[in-house]
Amino acid sequence: MPIELKMPALSPTMEEGTLAKWLVKEGDEVSAGDIMAEIETDKATMEFEAVDEGTIAKILVPEGTDEVKVGTVIAMLAEEGEDAADIEASPQTSKDEPAESQPDDPPPAKTAAANTIAKEDSKPASLRVDPDVPEGTEMAKLTVREALRDAMAEEMRADERVFVMGEEVAEYQGAYKVTQGLLEEFGGRRVIDTPITEYGFAGIGTGAAMAGLRPIVEFMTFNFAMQAIDHIINSAGKTNYMSGGQMRCPIVFRGPNGAASRVGAQHSQNYAPWYAQIPGLVVIAPYSAADAKGLLKSAIRSMDPVVFLENELLYGHSFEVPVLDDYSIPIGSARRVREGADVSIVTYSIGVGIALEAAEKLAGEGIEADIIDLRTLRPLDKAAVLESLKRTNRMVVVEEGWATCSIASEIAAICMEEGFDDLDAPVMRVTNEDVPMPYAANLEKLALVNSDKVVGAAKAVCYR
Amino acid sequence: MLLIRRFEEKAGQLYGLGLIGGFCHLYIGQEAVAVGLQSALDGDKDKVITGYRDHGHMLAYGLDPKVIMAELTGRAAGIAQGKGGSMHMFSVEKGFYGGHGIVGAQVPLGAGLAFAQKYNDDGGVTLAYFGDGAANQGQVYEAFNMAELWKLPIIFVIENNQYAMGTSVNRSSAEDQLYRRGESFRIPGLQVNGMDVLEVRGAATVALDWVRAGKGPILLELKTYRYRGHSMSDPAKYRSREEVQSVREKSDPIEGVKKDLEAAGISEDEMKAIDKEIKAIIGEAADFAESSPEPDPDELYTDVLVEQY
Repeated sequence: MPIELKMPALSPTMEEGTLAKWLVKEGDEVSAGDIMAEIETDKATMEFEAVDEGTIAKILVPEGTDEVKVGTVIAMLAEEGEDAADIEASPQTSKDEPAESQPDDPPPAKTAAANTIAKEDSKPASLRVDPDVPEGTEMAKLTVREALRDAMAEEMRADERVFVMGEEVAEYQGAYKVTQGLLEEFGGRRVIDTPITEYGFAGIGTGAAMAGLRPIVEFMTFNFAMQAIDHIINSAGKTNYMSGGQMRCPIVFRGPNGAASRVGAQHSQNYAPWYAQIPGLVVIAPYSAADAKGLLKSAIRSMDPVVFLENELLYGHSFEVPVLDDYSIPIGSARRVREGADVSIVTYSIGVGIALEAAEKLAGEGIEADIIDLRTLRPLDKAAVLESLKRTNRMVVVEEGWATCSIASEIAAICMEEGFDDLDAPVMRVTNEDVPMPYAANLEKLALVNSDKVVGAAKAVCYR
Repeated sequence: MLLIRRFEEKAGQLYGLGLIGGFCHLYIGQEAVAVGLQSALDGDKDKVITGYRDHGHMLAYGLDPKVIMAELTGRAAGIAQGKGGSMHMFSVEKGFYGGHGIVGAQVPLGAGLAFAQKYNDDGGVTLAYFGDGAANQGQVYEAFNMAELWKLPIIFVIENNQYAMGTSVNRSSAEDQLYRRGESFRIPGLQVNGMDVLEVRGAATVALDWVRAGKGPILLELKTYRYRGHSMSDPAKYRSREEVQSVREKSDPIEGVKKDLEAAGISEDEMKAIDKEIKAIIGEAADFAESSPEPDPDELYTDVLVEQY
């Protein structure tokens, strides 16, 4: 039997990639360990090695092909004794999941959250960008990753005091490629690889900010920032107050937060409620590339310590970003992502995509959702939340994280304390399940928030 | 040194009277360390950072005893407007970066100050103090590694007063010769008699020369002793009265200086005049700290963030 060579998944979140180059041709013999092709993901160029020995019978996906889905058969390998010339091209070019017992399940390589990122294109143009952007502004399609990089690069060009430090940010170009190209432009003095020592470099960054520099400290993920949380909270967050306003700490702690995909309990957690509880910190968690760029620029310029929570699953997603010399978004303002009169959905970060998907389903049933993307979690834009509640009298809060002591809980409390008379139904929280994140694909899917759960809650508060 | 001693004695009294609250860690016995080291610094470009036993370091830096005492009593005129208290005092203007309450946190923060000095190429050096207790915190070694790796201009100062709260160095440290704690990071260390202000000053000069020459960090272990408990609420049952008394009698840093001064021909009267002058300064500081008003209630919400959003 010929062996099917499939497009490999080269990272936990990879869904597709570019087949950049074939290093073998039809008729070549390969043995295990030979490099057969180069595959570009949105993070890196990876080498694709042979696992079995045999003869390359057919190349099914030519080099230079973009957006090759993980699992696509890209070549056929004839085993010893088979005649390569006899092997027909497999008709199958899409994903093949022989082990799947329930046909309705999505492929296990994807998670529910990854599947529910809404297509930005499907929204009306007027809602794509910040309302502050002048009409007729030219737009460019950027990934969240590129938008974050551009924000840092622009601020580094503008202010000599800004530098970035963290694990693999310089020579490796960023573990998630967010700092790509910065070392080349700004050099090793301002783009600094640290040892694996979160507590230490968070402290050094904080001290440098106290001395007047503008550090951007990247955590490879916020899961690792728990090692450093003392400096974020006790050193960066409190000294301005404790010093009677003398000792400022203009620092940005940034990196991916929340669940990625199949990385298990210790690498899948949303820390937004942890940091948002601390007076003295600013906490930002953007969804779109435009917000990521505009808010990161504001965060770098802020005189206050900022915790900037990104989302790995969003890094590769493209959005329209205004082409302006200096596009920044004010900290502390929410954004109405979708307008509707029947139910408010308040959310942030990856929850916005889930809410948009839910809103489409709800619209099909005649329920129009008003979606508020909080964007900044501290200080929280209470007015926007209460204004939306006034409009719809019903609210669902969507959060990719646990419900207990969450941002969702805070929103519910605000609505009860300050919007009680506007409520026609209890505020519902739609969050992840109250368990450490499981690894198994089906269990992970069950644990994560998804648009069907949002739809259910929205209908419940509408008494439908 | 005498100013620090008298200041701390007065702070102890005010604590007893309920005028100073919370935690209050006195520096009595350790005065030669801060004075010997900080007298060697360049006030225009060098920086100092320490832990919570910080009154002495501020006084050694020439900060006004009145505003320090007023901070201890939680008054608006305090150096942090009454919001910091004993453990959290700062004077950015004078290059004093705190006053930090979490044991060991000031070490990477200090490395960050030194990072900024190197980044700005301003020729400054940071003095980061910590105790024998903090010397067992992991973050200290994370800071050592990066400081040496990046050749940061920093002097790590271990004030070894021999007790981390109630636990002696020998009971807590596998390597109790703390000046050797930098060895695996290639940071050279010196052990110094922290009860002799001139020896401390000499060590400061050696260390500053090393760091200013661009050779990276250096570690000083200052062997010293605190006469009082860890904080005001510590009965200090972990050591004998005789031990404390013996140090006071044999190696008190102030008595040591007094002998040196006598030998240099300073008369008893001249020294008494200094004592009197210091008593007056402390009396004035205490009066100021007791009589100046508490912060305005409106200050509760100020300085949480710098900007308005």
